[in-house]
Amino acid sequence: MDAVTSELGFWGVPLAIFGGAIRISTPFLFVSLGECITEKSGRINLGLEGTLVMGAMGAYGVSYLTGSPWLGVLAAAGLGVPFGALHGYLSSRPRVNDIALGIAMMLFGVGLAFYFGKPFIQPSAPHLPAIHFGAFSSNPEVRAALDVNALFVVGLVLAPSLVWFLQRTRWGLILRTVGESAEAARAMGYDVNRVRLLATIVGASLSGVGGSFLSLFYPGSWNERLSSGQGLMAVALVIFARWHPMRCLWASLLFGGASAIGPALQSVGITSGYYLYNAAPYVLTLVIMLMSSSATHTSADMPAELAVLR
Amino acid sequence: MSAGLGARLEPIVIPLCALVATLAVFGGFVALGGHDPLEVYYQMYRGAFGSWFSFKNTLLRASPLMLTALCTALPARLGLVIIGGEGALVMGGLASAVVGIALDGGSPFVVIAAMALAGFAVGGIWIALAGIMRIYRGVNETISSLLLTYIGIALLNHFVEGPLKDPASLNKPSTRHLADAYMLGPMPGLEVHWGLAFGVIACVVFWVLMMRTTFGFSASVVGGNLRAAKLAGLNVARLTIIACFLGGGAAGLAGMVEVSAVQGCANASLVAGYGYAGILVAFLARQNPIAVIPVALLLGGINASGGLLQRVFDLPDATVSVLQGILFIMILASESLYGKIPLFRPRAKAAEAAPKKLAEAV
Repeated sequence: MDAVTSELGFWGVPLAIFGGAIRISTPFLFVSLGECITEKSGRINLGLEGTLVMGAMGAYGVSYLTGSPWLGVLAAAGLGVPFGALHGYLSSRPRVNDIALGIAMMLFGVGLAFYFGKPFIQPSAPHLPAIHFGAFSSNPEVRAALDVNALFVVGLVLAPSLVWFLQRTRWGLILRTVGESAEAARAMGYDVNRVRLLATIVGASLSGVGGSFLSLFYPGSWNERLSSGQGLMAVALVIFARWHPMRCLWASLLFGGASAIGPALQSVGITSGYYLYNAAPYVLTLVIMLMSSSATHTSADMPAELAVLR
Repeated sequence: MSAGLGARLEPIVIPLCALVATLAVFGGFVALGGHDPLEVYYQMYRGAFGSWFSFKNTLLRASPLMLTALCTALPARLGLVIIGGEGALVMGGLASAVVGIALDGGSPFVVIAAMALAGFAVGGIWIALAGIMRIYRGVNETISSLLLTYIGIALLNHFVEGPLKDPASLNKPSTRHLADAYMLGPMPGLEVHWGLAFGVIACVVFWVLMMRTTFGFSASVVGGNLRAAKLAGLNVARLTIIACFLGGGAAGLAGMVEVSAVQGCANASLVAGYGYAGILVAFLARQNPIAVIPVALLLGGINASGGLLQRVFDLPDATVSVLQGILFIMILASESLYGKIPLFRPRAKAAEAAPKKLAEAV
């Protein structure tokens, strides 16, 4: 109960939720933006969970070996490339189910990450720096909540840039055409499989970056319980965000905020139902999906080539 | 009938080729790590099937996989991709523990039957929810079953850390322990608990249901062509919800077996990844309930051999996950070979007569 006696009292709860939302949402933001690009091309990659864990391991390993966390982030992005390429290539083969392949890639990526990551469990690697937006305040809780990681800021810029890319550039138009109608794209002379391959590679690369945040900032260590399904959940968030990058940002923040309720209440001494609050983000996602879906018609925002969701 | 023979051999030969390719790739992988692949495979064989002791271990690991695989395989006949077996297992395990503790004092047979029923029903309802949301609200069942898994795990943690916590369980919060009389013992003469029988029986029963009954046929029609099924007047909503319920029930039964044969209570150990491994088994078995049995044995064997690999070669325990991942990818990639190998291609006449296999559409 000692936390209640702090200067902020119960005002600490919304503050902790705010800070938690930013911290917890960052990996979701990167993976969901990546998945958004992939799904815009008409494919689903459920294997991003594997890429995320692989990215977390690679980033931690490289940061430990070179001393530079940013090189680690770069390595995580690079590690995403072969995983995305494998998924993108195999999904273009006839009869190969991209959903099932994603589950296979998840198993493979997680297994590979634990296989190579064993030597990095013990040592401690340099972390990514935080930007101290709370430096004006002398209150330690305010300062902790406003320590925003640089990667979150990158994500904050990335989301509107993606909107611009999708809506205002030629490549964005090609990507959307491929996702809306493969036939039309083919008629216009574009190689559908190549566009999808590239979209899957970029998506996987971004989810690798999301993983690097997990191991290099929050929780900030590498172990086998690091990911709690962030890569899988991001796929749900994209549907939730109806395939719009800005809405991916809001959805990630909302999800992060819901995840932070339990720990925030615990910090002021309310511990009953702590584990139930852990279900809050999932219940919230499910309820919003229930409200926004319809049995009779599909969302107009959905890329028409996403066969699985039809 | 050489053409017919070729067509029948195809679904056996292609997965075998994928298996061989997997062994080659994984062999290269361990060779890069400085180990002799043949030696590794020999030790894996020893660890999985080499002695009665290791085979027993394989059987124990295979039995929950048979049940969780059905959770993916049954709805898959209708074209649904359910990945929530883990959640159904957890909820089924929790429900059976609650029933087993509440009925303390009853006759063992009745209590165990009630536990199995509770596990089946609650696991079934859990996945049926995904089916209901799919039918009535158009919510993607892959995502909703995944969300339900996380919600189920949170519920389990809530109950074993809170209302149902046995104050005596300090290190590992658990529900109260079942009385010894209510534990599922070993099958006579086998030293393997009854969960294995549950798994085999469930696979056989569901194979009969899906392959030999009107229900199973209707389900395949829905999976093959939804519009045709609706035009034929099939009650798609009912079929979907029942298939989801039965699949989830199987996974819930796996949870009951974990509680009553392995853990003796419900705790976080229920979340052991059997649900996710079950997805792999279902896809490797091409969603055929009877094929689930040998595939679960194979996967159980791979898992069982992990310990020996660790001891003999000092390989990380994730090595077996890498092998499973490669196997899964290879099997899925091999799907593109069906109909491409001239040897198996039925001659023109036979091709017209043979309907497109519905299972392949999944």
